[in-house]
Amino acid sequence: MRVLLDADGVERGLRRMAGELAERTRGTERLILVGIRRGGVPLAGRLAHWLEELEGRKVPVGTVDITFYRDDAATRLPNPRIGPSEIPLSIDGRHVVLVDDVLFTGRTVRAALDALLDYGRPSKVELAVLVDRGGRELPIQADYVVRSIEVSPLDRVDVIEKDARLIAVVQSQSTPTTPPPTP
Amino acid sequence: MTEPRLRHLLGIEDLSRSMAEQILKTAQAFHEIGKRPVRKVPTLRGKTIINVFYEASTRTRTSFELAGKRLSADVVNIGGSSSSASKGESLRDTVSTLDAMHASVIVLRHSVSGAAHYVARHTDAAVVNAGDGMHQHPTQALLDVFTIRQHKGENLSGLTVAICGDILHSRVARSNVQLLRLLGARVRLCGPRTLLPHRAEALGAELYDRLEPALEGADVIMMLRIQRERLGASLFPSLREYARYFGLNTRRLALARPDVIVMHPGPINRGIELAEDVADGPHSVILSQVEAGVAVRMAVLYYCATEPGTELMEG
Repeated sequence: MRVLLDADGVERGLRRMAGELAERTRGTERLILVGIRRGGVPLAGRLAHWLEELEGRKVPVGTVDITFYRDDAATRLPNPRIGPSEIPLSIDGRHVVLVDDVLFTGRTVRAALDALLDYGRPSKVELAVLVDRGGRELPIQADYVVRSIEVSPLDRVDVIEKDARLIAVVQSQSTPTTPPPTP
Repeated sequence: MTEPRLRHLLGIEDLSRSMAEQILKTAQAFHEIGKRPVRKVPTLRGKTIINVFYEASTRTRTSFELAGKRLSADVVNIGGSSSSASKGESLRDTVSTLDAMHASVIVLRHSVSGAAHYVARHTDAAVVNAGDGMHQHPTQALLDVFTIRQHKGENLSGLTVAICGDILHSRVARSNVQLLRLLGARVRLCGPRTLLPHRAEALGAELYDRLEPALEGADVIMMLRIQRERLGASLFPSLREYARYFGLNTRRLALARPDVIVMHPGPINRGIELAEDVADGPHSVILSQVEAGVAVRMAVLYYCATEPGTELMEG
C-alpha cells in the first residue's frame, strides 16, 4: 500500500480547491455540492467546510446514489450499499459541483449525471475529485483535481479513513501480497 | 457479507432475515425516488415484466405495473377474462407462451393456492407471487412491514402486532405472521373461532377469539377484509353480528397503545371490519401502505430481475 495523499495533503488540497472554486464562480450564492455515494460524501462535507471558511457562507450539500443508474445495473454489486439520495433543495438554475473521491473510468460520473438530472435542470454541472488516476473509458474530465497520477489499471486507488482523517492510497493488485495457494 | 439471492418470491419462506432486510432497505431508496420530479430510474431497461392477474385486483396490479414502469422495464398486463384462459388454455400452456416471449419476471395473481409454485417450475423467468388463493401474498407482508418500520422504527422486536378478522382464509395474514416473526415481532391473531387456524402455535402466534384482549397494548392493528367471496354461510351468523363483535371502532381502539397504527390491506368494507371514523382517523396508515406498495415491489422486482455480480472497481 502506497500513500498518494496523507491527511494533511488531503486537507490542503481541498482548501486550495475551495479557493479555486470560489474564485472561478465569483462567490458561492448559486452553488450546491453533491457528493457521489459513498466516497464523495465526506469529501463534499470537507469542501463545504473550507468554502464556508473562505467565503463566510454555508454551501448546501447533497448526496446522490448511483446504484440504479449504473450501466451494468443488471448485475448487482455483491455487497449492496444502496442508500438514499438526498438533494436538500431544488437544483433548477443552480451551479452543481459533483464531488467524488477517485476518477477512473468515468462511468460512475456518467451515472451520477443521469441521476442528478432527474432532480432538475441545473444551470451548470462541474466535477471535483480528490484523485484523477487516469484510465478513462468515457469522455469525462474533472474541473477540479487535487492530485493527478497515472495508475496501472490493475491497481486500486482508495480514499480511506485513518485516525478519523482521510488519506488516499494505491493498493497493488498485480503483485499479490500473499502467495497463491499451492495446488 | 455474501450477496443474498432471490430466484423467485413465492412466499415469505423464500426470504432469509438478511434478504428481507435488504429488500426493505432497497425499498427505502425507491420510496425516496417516488418523491422526486422524475419518478423513474433506468435500472431494468430492456427487461420484460408480465403481470398475469387471474383474479380481480386494483391496487396490487396497479402497484406492480407502476413499480415495473418506474424501473424502466417493459410491462405487459394480462387479465383473466381478456386472456386465452377464457378460451380454455391451461395455466401451463399460458406460461410456456410467456416463457417463449423471454419475460424476465412473471408476476402472478391466481385464485388457486400453489399456482405461483406451479408456474415457477415451468418457466425460466423469475416468478413473483402476487397472491395465490388462501396461501401467500408476500409483497403485501413486505409493504406492511415497511409501513410499520416507517412509523415504529427499524427494529420490530418488542412490538406487538394484532391481526384481526378472517385469519383462516387470509393469505395476507399468513405472509404477515411469517415475516413479522422472522423480524422478531410478537403476533396476535384474532377472529371468530371458525375463522382461526387450528394450530397457530406452529406459526409462533397467539390466538384470541375476542377482539378486546387482542387489542390491549397493541402497537399495530391490522384489520383484514371479510372476504365474502371465500366464505360459506356457515362460518358466522351475519355481517351485522360480525361487525358488532369484531369491528374496530374508536372505543375499542382506545384499548391499544396511544400511538397505535391501524392498517388494512384493502379494499375496506367500511362499517364492517373497520368503522368509518377509524379508517379515516389519525391512527390510520392505510394510504401510506398503498404508497409503500410501489417502493417495495420495485425492490422485489429489482432483486428478481438482476443477477448478483462480482466486485468491481469503482470509478
